[in-house]
Amino acid sequence: MKALINWIDHRTGFRSLTKEVLLENIPGGSRWRYVWGSTLTFALFVQFITGIFLWMGYSASSGDAWESVNYIQNEMTGGWLLRGIHHWMAQAMPILLLLHLMQVLVDGAYKAPREVNFWFGVILLKLVLALSLTGYLLPWDQKGYWATKVATNLANLVPFIGPEIQKLVVGGTEYGHHTLTRFFALHAGVLPALIVLLVIGHIYLFRRHGITPAEPIKKKDAFFWPDQVFKDAVACLAVMATVLFFVIWYHGAHLSSPADPSEPFSAARPDWYFLYLFQFLKLPAFAGDKEVWGAIYIPSIFVGFICLMPFIGKWKVGHFFNVGVMFAFLGGAGALTYLAKHEDISGPNSSNYLKAILDDERDAKRAIELARHVGIESTALNLLKTDPKTQGPKLFAQHCASCHRYDGHDGLAHSLPDANSLNELKQRTSTQNRFTSSNSVHPEWLARFKDSGSTNDWKAVESILTANKEGVFEVIAGTKLKEAPSAPDLKGFASRQWIMDLLTPEIYISNRFFGGTIHKDGDMYRRFLNRKVTKYDNEEKEMLKLVAFALSAEAKLPLQAEIDKADAEKIQQGVDHLIDDISCINCHAFQEPDPDVEGPDLTGYGSRQWIIDFVKNPEHEKFYPESNDRMPSFGTKKILTEKEIGLIADWIRDDYFKSSKSSATN
Amino acid sequence: MDNKKEINPDYSGVTKLDVEGEVVSSLDSDINREVTKEDSSSSIDCHLSEAEAPTHSEENVATEDNQGERRGFIKFLCIVIGGIVSAVPFGAGIWAYINPLTREKGVDGDGFLKITSLDAIPDDGTPAKFSVIADKEDAWNKFKNISVGAIYLRKEAGKVKALHTVCPHLGCFIDYRSSKSDFFCPCHNSNFKLDGSIVSGVSPRPMDPLKIEIRNKVEVWVKFQNFQPGHDHPIPLS
Ligand code: HEM
Ligand code: FES
Repeated sequence: MKALINWIDHRTGFRSLTKEVLLENIPGGSRWRYVWGSTLTFALFVQFITGIFLWMGYSASSGDAWESVNYIQNEMTGGWLLRGIHHWMAQAMPILLLLHLMQVLVDGAYKAPREVNFWFGVILLKLVLALSLTGYLLPWDQKGYWATKVATNLANLVPFIGPEIQKLVVGGTEYGHHTLTRFFALHAGVLPALIVLLVIGHIYLFRRHGITPAEPIKKKDAFFWPDQVFKDAVACLAVMATVLFFVIWYHGAHLSSPADPSEPFSAARPDWYFLYLFQFLKLPAFAGDKEVWGAIYIPSIFVGFICLMPFIGKWKVGHFFNVGVMFAFLGGAGALTYLAKHEDISGPNSSNYLKAILDDERDAKRAIELARHVGIESTALNLLKTDPKTQGPKLFAQHCASCHRYDGHDGLAHSLPDANSLNELKQRTSTQNRFTSSNSVHPEWLARFKDSGSTNDWKAVESILTANKEGVFEVIAGTKLKEAPSAPDLKGFASRQWIMDLLTPEIYISNRFFGGTIHKDGDMYRRFLNRKVTKYDNEEKEMLKLVAFALSAEAKLPLQAEIDKADAEKIQQGVDHLIDDISCINCHAFQEPDPDVEGPDLTGYGSRQWIIDFVKNPEHEKFYPESNDRMPSFGTKKILTEKEIGLIADWIRDDYFKSSKSSATN
Repeated sequence: MDNKKEINPDYSGVTKLDVEGEVVSSLDSDINREVTKEDSSSSIDCHLSEAEAPTHSEENVATEDNQGERRGFIKFLCIVIGGIVSAVPFGAGIWAYINPLTREKGVDGDGFLKITSLDAIPDDGTPAKFSVIADKEDAWNKFKNISVGAIYLRKEAGKVKALHTVCPHLGCFIDYRSSKSDFFCPCHNSNFKLDGSIVSGVSPRPMDPLKIEIRNKVEVWVKFQNFQPGHDHPIPLS
C-alpha cells in the first residue's frame, strides 16, 4: 500500500498538493462561522451527483418532461429520494449563499486584495439562482410552467433587444419542446460548467489570499486540517440531515399537474427565494411602462452596488455602510416575502389562490393515478383532457352551473374534512392556520350543518361563524354562486334516491329540483304529484318506490350495477307499475316512441345516450318540445361538442376510471 | 482588521500587503517553503497524518502535543462524516439507477398474440415477414397496438412455423434472401436454412423458433418472446 502511494506520489506529487490543501493556516484557529463556503461546495457536489442521476431518467420534451419526472417521482424505486434531495438541496442553497455572503461582508473578507474573489462569489450566486430558475421549469408542471413564463416575459423588458432575448431564451415565441431543450442544456450543461470553473477560481483565489479572520482573534492559529475540516463536515452533515428531513416529510418533491397552456393556474408563484422580487414588481411605482425599473434597472443597479462594495469598504464608514445596506436589503426582502405570502393567503384574491392550489392538487393526483393505471399513450395532459372526472366538472361549472347545481355547488368545489365544532371551524379559518395548515378553510368558502336533512343548502363560512350556532359542519372549498339555482341539482342524477326525491311532492317543487322552473306549475306536479301522490296509501307508495327502481335501472349507472342486477325482479315489477298501475305512460313515452305525450321519454332515462341527446337538444320531441324552460340546445347550437357533452354525462353518471385504491400517490 | 499585525506577527507581511492591496507573493513563497521543508525532512514516506508535523517546527501554529489523541479522533470523525454525507447523493442515485433490475414486467394472458390469418402466408414454403403488434410499456408510456418486433412465418408441409427475425448471435435483423432462398444475417455473415438451422457463420444456435397456435381455424397466434443472445440454446429475456 505504502509502496503504491509512493509510486503515485512520485509521479503526481499529490502528497504535497494534499498537504498544501490541508495545511492552510487559519489565523485564530477554526471557527464555526467559516463553514458556509464549504457547505456550499458540498451542496453543489450533491446537486451535481443527484442531477446527473436524474438526467438518466429525465426527458426534455414537452410531451415527456412531466411524464418522466412523474415516473422518477412515483414509479422508480428510490426516485422520490433522488428527486427530493435535488429539489430540497436547491431550496437550501439560497439560504447557504446568503449566510456565506453575510459572513464575508460582516467579517470584512470582501475588501482588498480580495475584490476579484468577491466578484467571483457574486457571479456564482447569480449562476446558482439561474440554475434554480431553469430547474424550476424542467418538470413541466403547472407551477413551473406559469411561474417561469413570468420570468421569461420579463426578458422582454430589456431595453432595445428584449423581444429578441426572449425569443432566444424560449426558443421561439411560444413555450414548447425547444424551451425545454434550451433550459435543460443551460441547467445541466452550460451553467454547471461555468460554476465549476468559477468555484475553482474562487477557491484558488481564496487560498491565495488566505482566510480573513473574524475579529477579535482569541485563540491560537491552526491548520485547516483537521479542526476546521471537522466543523465543516459537521455543518455539511447538518445541511444534509435537514434536507433529508424535508425529503422524507414530503416523500420527495411536489409535482403539480401537467403544464396546460389552456388552463391558467392562479397559484403559480416563483420559488420562495424569488418571491420578494415578485412582490416588488407589484408595487404601484412600477405600474405600466415603469415596470422595467422594478424588473431590470433597480436590481441591476443593486448588483452593481454589491460589486462596488470592496471599494466602498476601504473606509471604515464605507464598511459599515455596506453591511448596513445588506441588512436593510435583507429586511426589505424578508418583508416583501412576507407580504407576498400574506397577500396570497388573506388578500382579496386569497380564496381563489387557495382554491387554485386545491384544484391543482386534485388534477395532479388524478394525472398520477391515470398515468399509473390507465397508462400514458400520448401525454399525461391528454389523459386529463379526456378524463370525465377532470373535465366533467369544469364543463359543468362553465356551461351548466348558472342554473343547475351539483350537490349545491358548481361541480368544482372540494370537500374538506368536517369541522366537528364551531370552534374548530373558527380555528381552521384563522389567517395563521391558512399559513401553516393544509386543511384550512377560507371564510368565503361554504359550510352546512351535517345531517340537517336539506342537502344542498350551503352558507358562507363567515356567516356561519357570525350566526354562532354549534354543530358539526361539512365544509367545501368553493364560493357561493351569484344566482340561486333555477334547475335541478344533478348530483346522483337518475340514481334511485334521486328519482325517489323527484317523486316526492315537496322536494319536486323545492329549489333542488324544479322550484326555480316553470315545471313546478306543470302537469307533473299539479296533476300527478300534488293530486295523486300526496294521497297515496302505503301500498301505492311501495309501488312508486318500485317505479323509481325501474326508472333508475334504465340509466344503467355503474354505481348501481350490482343492486340493479340483484333487484331484477323488483325492477320488473316496477316496470309493470310504471306502465299500468301508476300509469306514467299517460304522459311519458316508455319502451316505444309515443308522439302524443308531453313529458320526456323515459326509455333509457339517465343513460349516457339519453343525457347526451337531451343536452344536445332539450327541445327535441322526445323531451320538452313545448315546455322546455330556458335550457339551451347545446348540441344544435354548437355550444358544446358531442365529446364534451359525453364528458359531462360520464362525470354525472360517475362513469370513469377509478383505481381500487383511492389514493394515487404512494 | 488593523490589529491583526500585533496578534499574528508572522503574518504581518500578509496584512501589510493586504492593506496596500498588492499581490501577496510573499505568502505564496511562505507556503512553498513550508512544504518543501516538510518534504525534505520526511522524505517520501510521509503520510497525511503528518500534517501535524509543522506544529513542532513552527511556533505560530500552536497545537499541544498532548492533544494528539483528540486530534486523531477528530480526523477519524472527519472521514466518517465526510463519507456519510458524500454517500447520500450517490446512494439515492444508484438506488434509482438500478430500478431496471427490480422493475416487474406485467405479462397479461398466455403471451400469445394474433399475427395474421393462414391465407396471408405463401403456400409454396417461402417465408413471409410479419410485424408483431402488441401493447408496449415503455417507461412512462403505455402504447397500445404498436409494433414490438417481427417474425417470419412459413408453411412447411401444411404446418405453419414461426422464426424470430432477431439473430441469436448479437441481435441484428436477419434478412430473407429470395435469390438464395435462405436466411442471412448481414452483421457477421451468419447463414441459416429456411427451417432456421445454421449453414455457416458465427451464430451460436439456430434461429429462434416461436410457439404457434392456429385458433378459430384461420388465425395465426404466436407466443412472441425475445431471447438472450450468445447462448447455444434460447433463454427468454425477462
Ligand atoms: C447548484 C446546482 C443546481 C441547482 C440549484 C439545481 C436546481 C434544480 C431545481 C430547482 C430543479 C427542479 C426540481 C423540482 O422541483 O422538480 C432541478 C431539476 C433538475 N435538475 Fe438541477 N440543479 C442543479 C444542478 C444540476 C445539475 C448539475 C444537473 C445535471 C447534470 C441537474 C439536473 C436536473 C434535472 C435532470 C432536473 C429535472 C428533474 C426534476 O425536476 O426533478 N441539476 N434542478
Ligand atoms: S448479429 Fe447476426 S451474425 Fe452477428
